[in-house]
Amino acid sequence: MAEVSIRKVVKVFEGNVQAVKGIDLEIADKEFVVLVGPSGCGKSTTLRMVAGLEEISSGEIWIGGDLVNDVPPRDRDIAMVFQNYALYPHMTVFENMAFGLKLRKFPKDEIRRRVDDAARMLDISALLGRKPKALSGGQRQRVAMGRAIVRNPKVFLFDEPLSNLDAKLRVAMRTEIKKVHQTIPTTTVYVTHDQVEAMTLADRVVVMNAGIIEQVGPPQELYHSPATRFVAGFIGSPAMNFLLVEMFDDGGLKMRLANGAVLPVPASRFERYAACKGRQMTLGLRPEHLTETQDVMHPGVARVDAPVDVVEPMGMETLIHFFIGSQPVCARVDPATPAHPGQNLPLAADLNQMHLIDDETGRVV
Amino acid sequence: MVDGTRELAMAAEPPRAAACRRWRRLLHRRSTVALLMCLPMILLIGGLVLYPALYALYLSMLNRRMTAFVGLGNFLFLLHRLTFQQVIFQSSLFAISAVLLKAFFGFILAHLMHNIPNRHQRIWRGLLLVPWVIPLALSTLGWWWLFDPSYSAFNYVLKDLGFTPVPWLGVAWPARLCMIAVNVWFGTSFFMIMYLAALKSVPEQLYEAAAIDGAGAIQKMLYITLPMIRNIISVTVLYSLIVTFANFDIVRILTNGGPEDSTHVFATYAFQVGIQSGDVPLGASVSLFMFPLLAVFAYFVLRNVTRRGKEMAV
Repeated sequence: MAEVSIRKVVKVFEGNVQAVKGIDLEIADKEFVVLVGPSGCGKSTTLRMVAGLEEISSGEIWIGGDLVNDVPPRDRDIAMVFQNYALYPHMTVFENMAFGLKLRKFPKDEIRRRVDDAARMLDISALLGRKPKALSGGQRQRVAMGRAIVRNPKVFLFDEPLSNLDAKLRVAMRTEIKKVHQTIPTTTVYVTHDQVEAMTLADRVVVMNAGIIEQVGPPQELYHSPATRFVAGFIGSPAMNFLLVEMFDDGGLKMRLANGAVLPVPASRFERYAACKGRQMTLGLRPEHLTETQDVMHPGVARVDAPVDVVEPMGMETLIHFFIGSQPVCARVDPATPAHPGQNLPLAADLNQMHLIDDETGRVV
Repeated sequence: MVDGTRELAMAAEPPRAAACRRWRRLLHRRSTVALLMCLPMILLIGGLVLYPALYALYLSMLNRRMTAFVGLGNFLFLLHRLTFQQVIFQSSLFAISAVLLKAFFGFILAHLMHNIPNRHQRIWRGLLLVPWVIPLALSTLGWWWLFDPSYSAFNYVLKDLGFTPVPWLGVAWPARLCMIAVNVWFGTSFFMIMYLAALKSVPEQLYEAAAIDGAGAIQKMLYITLPMIRNIISVTVLYSLIVTFANFDIVRILTNGGPEDSTHVFATYAFQVGIQSGDVPLGASVSLFMFPLLAVFAYFVLRNVTRRGKEMAV
């Protein structure tokens, strides 16, 4: 059993810079948790504190039921994959993978067996005699993973392991990592700034911002029910559209956009948004909920006129960029929809999927 | 078709024009331009290094009056001479032990320095570089005074502690050790600064990966630091060995080769034989004696350095 428990952990760097501001996180045994957030949000620092590479200013970290605040990294029974792989350049692939086992005085046969098994799993058996210099980026990444796997640790830590790879290889390695976790279910903490990686890999995603945890939850929950404006904007690509609206009651709750257009709030949301009446709020709507109009307009779907600014054909969809007032908006339409810059394109906004954000608190109502 | 037309045109060209074209093409080649740009330096090195070296080689094969060619006679004569055998022993003892000690102390100091926070590091680095910056002849004079039989500060302390004073430079072995000590004092900071630069170039993540893999401080040094800075160690040791073998100032000032020629090294002995005794060919033979050995040593060291450099560059 290897749960990881982070309790009120704070990290203050020299110069009183607070990188992590008292976070709490419980990670279950064999769970794959991804810490995601922009640069400087404290995600890597948190991971390094779990690894023992960074001292904790206050709080507690527990691994497998043991308090590890003062336990050195080598005694934490963890393995880590670094962003730039950190392979030992003077050792062969075999020696790199065997190093941790050799230091722990494993018998030679056992080392050979474990390295061979891991190499087979990662398809690097043919590379065991090579030095890291003779490997491509993807191969180095596999070796770094192999080095972690052979140790059979309690916890795997990944620090942005795919950042140095090109887009195609990144997708392939992402699948590889997921496969490894399915084959060897081990508690995993994975840090990335790429929300697609976070969504595709994680059992639960932890969104961090400015040293605090904004929201923790399964990828779908974060996508469909973001708790804050930050999470709503961070998760999803293209990002969610944010439009300033004025809430008013005109025989039913309605929203007035910056260009004067009025959108009715669906009846199912009246009760939830009742307290917002008369206030200025932010409407959050994902691009896929702003699409081409249908013959039959369903309840909760309203028409929005889009003076097309830029058209981006993506193949399986087309992105339409336009402005409402001075606020940029992105819509996702069927590629068959004829659209060109300067055209006034009627779009359908599915307000059943809307999010209303309180600008004062930054929280989703 | 096009090639055929070109061949026809070339065949019709007069020979002089063709030669001109060949020259122009040669002058425009990158390798020709590179050679021309390097030529001043090549000539300078040829004039200041190669010519004296070849001239010394020529001199070493002449008789004392420089009137007859004696081949390797001077070298054979030297090898049979007891004083010269002592010079070989003393030079090797002096150079090898001094270089090893400098490498050892330099390594320790570099490690200590590496672990001091950056802003405090600068002042310590500056202080430790002082011995290397002061002109060696001047600082050796200071040491000579410290070892002086009448005014020796060391003997003053020994006497105060109830020990018998030591004739530091008057007896062979203490004199040899004193010379080594002064050379180590002078040269350790060079090793320290080279190792410090090498230590700073080892990526911190390798140590972090090793820490997670289960390495302690000594294992990190054995498996990460030493292999990663092995090239710098090799080159520094090679350079220092060459310079220490050729050392002149320390021996000349501290003992002048005495007592009874027991502390002579190649340079001081070559000076004594060649300049003071007027046997220039024999002096040249002495100074050239270590060249083949050092050249072979340098060849193997540099070959390994190149191979490792290629392997480790990521």
